[in-house]
Amino acid sequence: MQKVTIEPVTRVEGHGKVTIHLDDNLNVAQTRLHIVEFRGFERFVQGRPYWEAPVLVQRLCGICPVSHHLAAAKALDVIVGAGTGHGLTATGEKMRRLMHYGQMFQSHSLHFFHLSAPDFLLGYDSDPATRNVVGLAVKFPELATKAVLMRKFGQEVIHFTAGKKIHGTGAIPGGINKNLPIEERDILLKGADPLNIDTMIQWAYDAVQLFKDYYMNNKEFVDNFAHFPSNHFSLVRKDGALDFYHGVLRAVDAEGKRILDDVDYQDYNHYIEEEVRSWSYMKFPYLKHIGKENGWYRVGPLARLNTCDFIPSKLAQQEFELYKAHTNGKPNNYCLHTHWARLIELLHAGEVIKELLLDPDLQKDDLVIKGTKLHKGVGLIEAPRGTLFHHYEINDNDQITLANLIVSTTNNNEPMNRSVNYVAKKMMTGQSQITEPMKNAVEIAIRAYDPCLSCATHAMGQMPLDIKLFNVNGEIVDHYRS
Amino acid sequence: MSKPIVATASLAGCFGCHMSVLDIDDRILQLIELVDFNKSPITDIKTFTQPCDIGIIEGGCCNSENIEVLKDFRKNCKILISLGECAIMGGLPAMRNGIPVRECLEEAYFGGVTVRDNTERIIPNDEELPIILDKVYPLHEIVKIDYFLPGCPPRADLIWEAVVALVTGNELKIPYELIKFD
Ligand code: SF4
Repeated sequence: MQKVTIEPVTRVEGHGKVTIHLDDNLNVAQTRLHIVEFRGFERFVQGRPYWEAPVLVQRLCGICPVSHHLAAAKALDVIVGAGTGHGLTATGEKMRRLMHYGQMFQSHSLHFFHLSAPDFLLGYDSDPATRNVVGLAVKFPELATKAVLMRKFGQEVIHFTAGKKIHGTGAIPGGINKNLPIEERDILLKGADPLNIDTMIQWAYDAVQLFKDYYMNNKEFVDNFAHFPSNHFSLVRKDGALDFYHGVLRAVDAEGKRILDDVDYQDYNHYIEEEVRSWSYMKFPYLKHIGKENGWYRVGPLARLNTCDFIPSKLAQQEFELYKAHTNGKPNNYCLHTHWARLIELLHAGEVIKELLLDPDLQKDDLVIKGTKLHKGVGLIEAPRGTLFHHYEINDNDQITLANLIVSTTNNNEPMNRSVNYVAKKMMTGQSQITEPMKNAVEIAIRAYDPCLSCATHAMGQMPLDIKLFNVNGEIVDHYRS
Repeated sequence: MSKPIVATASLAGCFGCHMSVLDIDDRILQLIELVDFNKSPITDIKTFTQPCDIGIIEGGCCNSENIEVLKDFRKNCKILISLGECAIMGGLPAMRNGIPVRECLEEAYFGGVTVRDNTERIIPNDEELPIILDKVYPLHEIVKIDYFLPGCPPRADLIWEAVVALVTGNELKIPYELIKFD
């Protein structure tokens, strides 16, 4: 028995690593993606005043802090009696939407260009020393500049809505603490080229075409990479439209049959359970009525485009139709098509930002709503990486007594593990020498899910990699460092 | 003369400090001209391949692995910088410092509303997982730290000015507003 360790793979609420056990016939016997860090947020937040939650919890993750900030605020809307989703004032809800779609725009650009494009444009088996965004900048300088500026634009949207690019304070229970003055709006709407929304939409559109071109030339590789059936889970708008900020729960199986539909997320815990496994700090969620074995699901761009019926913006809907035609309208279960889905979402985010910027509600002054206080609230949002759950309960002194979080990456725990298994089996079975491209392939599988925190680990390049081959006695027989 | 060499790491942090480095935006292209990177999430280098001039670290120490990485940085870097609140004071993760670790683990794995099936009362515990420390420690309690850049995260302009000052040897001139905690 040999053991291959890939460490650290990534940060997903901390560091992760992969272990792969090969039996004596060099068959892959077991693979695991371990999440090796633990924070204890659910416990130490107890006793804190509830209004601290939106600013505290985002500090679990500086990569998509806006998602945590807003999911917590949405849960607290319920607690302060402002209701869910459309309970807020028009300005409150639209400012939050703008913040969130800005976040989506920056996060999706960052992930595609800084992280994944090097694998595609330079080649997954190209020289690891230059297979990163610096290498990309040398070979495709124009593209690298666009990448930096698209991320910058998204960060500016967040800055104007949340007050700060990272860990802002914009959302408060029941609303928002600022509107968007006309001067700030104009910077985003009509800024000098290229930093204005029209150019951003154009660049996002170009990015979708870029991936499609790549795909046409590399169909074999893309389609045969970690392709396996799964359930798909997300929020959708009441009418079935794609919506990142608010909606009802929907899940479909690999064939497209709805296995959960039109569910109010305040009742999420009637539908979702989590399994604890001894070898990872990250839990394994599944749909309760289907059970542990088959109830696991994917979340994120791939899942969202499988659950929704349409995209409510023009260019993205056109691209969505082409994308859907590829699988004859059936759910898409190709791991690497997640990138395609992500870029369609990027385009949609750009279009929604423009629509919001043109909306005069953003300059109004009615920012906050309060009603009769409740003791429990659940807030869900579609974070860049998938559905994010926040659940808080409070006592009569306004202190938090219970917090339960299921983050996007946790929802993808089982599918990420399966993808690792799929690729390891395909690349390593029968191989006595583990090569760098084989290991990078395992990472590409994980990277497709854009696991939170990990994305930053290789935000400007590759995830660092350390693979060890062990014999049965635990002695190192081969050691490779990238 | 060869360029100064910079290494970076994220320990028990949220990666927001690294994101703030990216917020220097197009100056990243200048940064690549000014310095070379060694062990860092921005390169493929996992273990130090040569001695470094500047080590920049985000996040405090919450487990055994963080301590190892930090000591390795001290050994290999001439100058070590604590970047951000977590590195300087422990930050949000240190909110668990008044609570026994076991209670935190039990809340997450037994108490969770959606964990109803953990009848065997499993708490993750595997040879592949590092050991959780009793508390989250700021970096300077473990090794000597040379400079501290405050903020959660520190402003991109502050990071930029500080790195440029260190690399060029010019005096650091930063406006008062940039030096702040949140
Ligand atoms: S200081 Fe703030 S931004 Fe930096 S790692 Fe800590 S929580 Fe994140």
